[in-house]
Amino acid sequence: MDTNTIVVLLQSTIRVSVPLILTALAGLYAERSGVVDIGLEGKMLAAAFAGAATAAVTGSAITGIGAAMLVSVALSLVHGYASISQRGDQVVSGTAINFIAAGATVILGQAWFQQGGRTPALSADARLSTYKLPGADAVRDVPVLGPVYSDLLSGHYLLTYFAFAMVPITWWVLYRTRFGLRLRAVGENPGAVDTAGISVVRMRYLAVTCGGLLCGLAGAYLSMALANGFVKNMSAGRGFIALAALVFANWKPKNILLTCLLFGFLDALSIYSQNAELPIMSSIPDQAIQALPYILTVILLAGFIGKASPPKASGVPYVKER
Amino acid sequence: MSDFAIELKGIDKRFGAVHANKNINLKVAKGTIHGIIGENGAGKSTLMSILYGFYQADSGEIFISGQKANIKDSKAAISAGIGMVHQHFMLVENFSVLENIMLGAEESAILTKGITKARAELKRLEEQYEMEVDPDAIIEELPVGVQQRVEILKAIYRKADILILDEPTGVLTPAEADHLFRILAQLKEQGKTVILITHKLREIMAITDEVSVMRRGEMVATRKTAETSVEELAELMVGRRVLLRVEKGEASPGDVKLSVRNLTVRDSRGVTMVDNVSFDVRAGEIVGIAGVAGNGQSELLEAIAGMRSATSGTVTLSGQPVDVTGPGDPADMRKRGLAHVPEDRHHTGLVLKFEEAENAMLGYHGDRKFGQSFLLDVEAVRKDAMEKIEQYDIRPPNPRLKTANFSGGNQQKIVLAREMERNPDVLIIGQPTRGVDVGAIEFIHKRIIEMRDQGKAILLVSVELDEIRSLSDRIIVMFAGRIAGERNPDASEGELGLLMAGVENKLEAAE
Repeated sequence: MDTNTIVVLLQSTIRVSVPLILTALAGLYAERSGVVDIGLEGKMLAAAFAGAATAAVTGSAITGIGAAMLVSVALSLVHGYASISQRGDQVVSGTAINFIAAGATVILGQAWFQQGGRTPALSADARLSTYKLPGADAVRDVPVLGPVYSDLLSGHYLLTYFAFAMVPITWWVLYRTRFGLRLRAVGENPGAVDTAGISVVRMRYLAVTCGGLLCGLAGAYLSMALANGFVKNMSAGRGFIALAALVFANWKPKNILLTCLLFGFLDALSIYSQNAELPIMSSIPDQAIQALPYILTVILLAGFIGKASPPKASGVPYVKER
Repeated sequence: MSDFAIELKGIDKRFGAVHANKNINLKVAKGTIHGIIGENGAGKSTLMSILYGFYQADSGEIFISGQKANIKDSKAAISAGIGMVHQHFMLVENFSVLENIMLGAEESAILTKGITKARAELKRLEEQYEMEVDPDAIIEELPVGVQQRVEILKAIYRKADILILDEPTGVLTPAEADHLFRILAQLKEQGKTVILITHKLREIMAITDEVSVMRRGEMVATRKTAETSVEELAELMVGRRVLLRVEKGEASPGDVKLSVRNLTVRDSRGVTMVDNVSFDVRAGEIVGIAGVAGNGQSELLEAIAGMRSATSGTVTLSGQPVDVTGPGDPADMRKRGLAHVPEDRHHTGLVLKFEEAENAMLGYHGDRKFGQSFLLDVEAVRKDAMEKIEQYDIRPPNPRLKTANFSGGNQQKIVLAREMERNPDVLIIGQPTRGVDVGAIEFIHKRIIEMRDQGKAILLVSVELDEIRSLSDRIIVMFAGRIAGERNPDASEGELGLLMAGVENKLEAAE
């Protein structure tokens, strides 16, 4: 394997990791507040559709992103209303969102664009734009460092840099701000938060809204950056993989980065192996490599990583009256 | 300015059918330690949770330092200068001490500044009140006594002038409790007002200035501690109730059927609930266990019934040893001739969503009379249920009615019929008449005596002292998980009351 192959593989890893990172962080906000978020997949899908549809109609990427975030937040609030205000079953509510998103995106897409549930291909302006790091062209010919800087680190979408920046930012919010302290507390012992004079309901709504915003960005990235428009069921289980990454990461931001990059790498590997012969992998069928992230998820979650310790109040509606 | 830190007027609170607080009036003088005493379920915690804004009163008014206060949530209570140490600590277990202290009182959106300030303030408070804690320790790694200190510090950090402590010594060792009392005395010296909720008379006498007694949701009396006695308080707390007459002849005890030796039970927190308890129950006698609720009776019953595993000790049932320290097997205990009427019929006695007939056989549904194969013989089940309905006068007489739709007394009769009609050798009964109307009480008491006369060994646990006195042939009093003494049923209420309050224990300890 030469440097070029590695750079291509890693660059692809970064590309496919972005939606995982954003979605896993979205899940982190919700679940750290005690709201189980199994609807990540549906929110991402709905956001992908809303983003692509809006961008296709308006021709503006920013409007598309805004629409994606709006739809995702709206679904988060539905989930919040069911699970926070109405104290319903959070898994049922999240699953319902997944179904609604899977169905509604196709129906609306067909009704609006008549392209079999797809949205029209986006023009260059309507897609997300990439950003070249300063001096990327100048150092391209420097051995090793050149390709790493110019091809691996430079030339990604702005959203990619944002996603990676969100990891330390989330860490900082969680551990260094009042909001983060309360967020972590409400997911562990809402009673303590309530008796400290803080509204449990308000904290949880804020948390699911944060999750909705990030999930919306992940959706927009899928349909407006990774692809050139919305395709039926394009999230393809990424929401669940992100959820697995969140569990695997033990609900910690730094670990989320690592697990998402790992899952992203496996994904990149399977994409790459379909197009090019890799020396060690020529004898392994493509399908096996494509299944690797899922197999790994199962194995890791089955206990190879030690005990996952979720927020204690996760999934439990807060009921004060006895 | 008023002399009273707190004045409650006409506080009333219901939880569904339960009338937890009935028209409560209370005045707490500034700078005093005021005790609120009463049995478990008397409504003390509810009252204080209302004061702390955790619950809303249905009606009534609260005055803080003479000012009418509208305490709609805990935030309002905190800003009115009230702090509360809950019975179950309101701490985030995987947070550090400092994080718990700061939660809700962070000062600014970014923590860094607040942390430095909180650390300094905490150090000052620790020194002032001699409450040492490591601010960076994680709560779940601290002993309960220290966790409680964190709760107190949390309240003081929020500048509470009035501190409410709900059953603070329940989880403490005697030494830790003494330390707590020193802290409370010091808080009083600093001009703070302390409200201490407890069901332990010893604590009231040791530390309070005034004491209010609650019973069944009512405030029955307020006394100056110096002018009252343990005897008077015990009587006020338990209440003189009309002794229900039960016709019963002399017992004729036979062989020992149930033998308990050195039984010790710890709960999930590691607190000892039953402490080295030994006793026997013979065929044809009723042994009553009296005690204020929460002194280990429930755990004792559950351990014998196989619903909870004991830490150590032995139980012998009809001469055969029982593995009480194992995981427990209630089904096996039933096969061996032990029937159990659990204390809480809703939680463990019945499945409320089931039909009456289903509950009437639950636990015995494997019996051949309810079906030969893996199918249930529904006709036989209903016929059996109908027989029990007639025998126990369960109303309405409809085996297909959902159990939740029966009244408390009739639900209790469903459980009793199920367990008694199995003709067990040993019958253990928890709270046979809790929430049961008078008519049903009489019937249930008669049936229990009949069972005794048929030669069953009966172990009876009840928080109703009258019930224990009128049914039992021997009375064992439990206090703090130990047997405080054994008396004949003709022992006076006062004598039993003192045992229940652990007064003799205190005298022995002092000697």
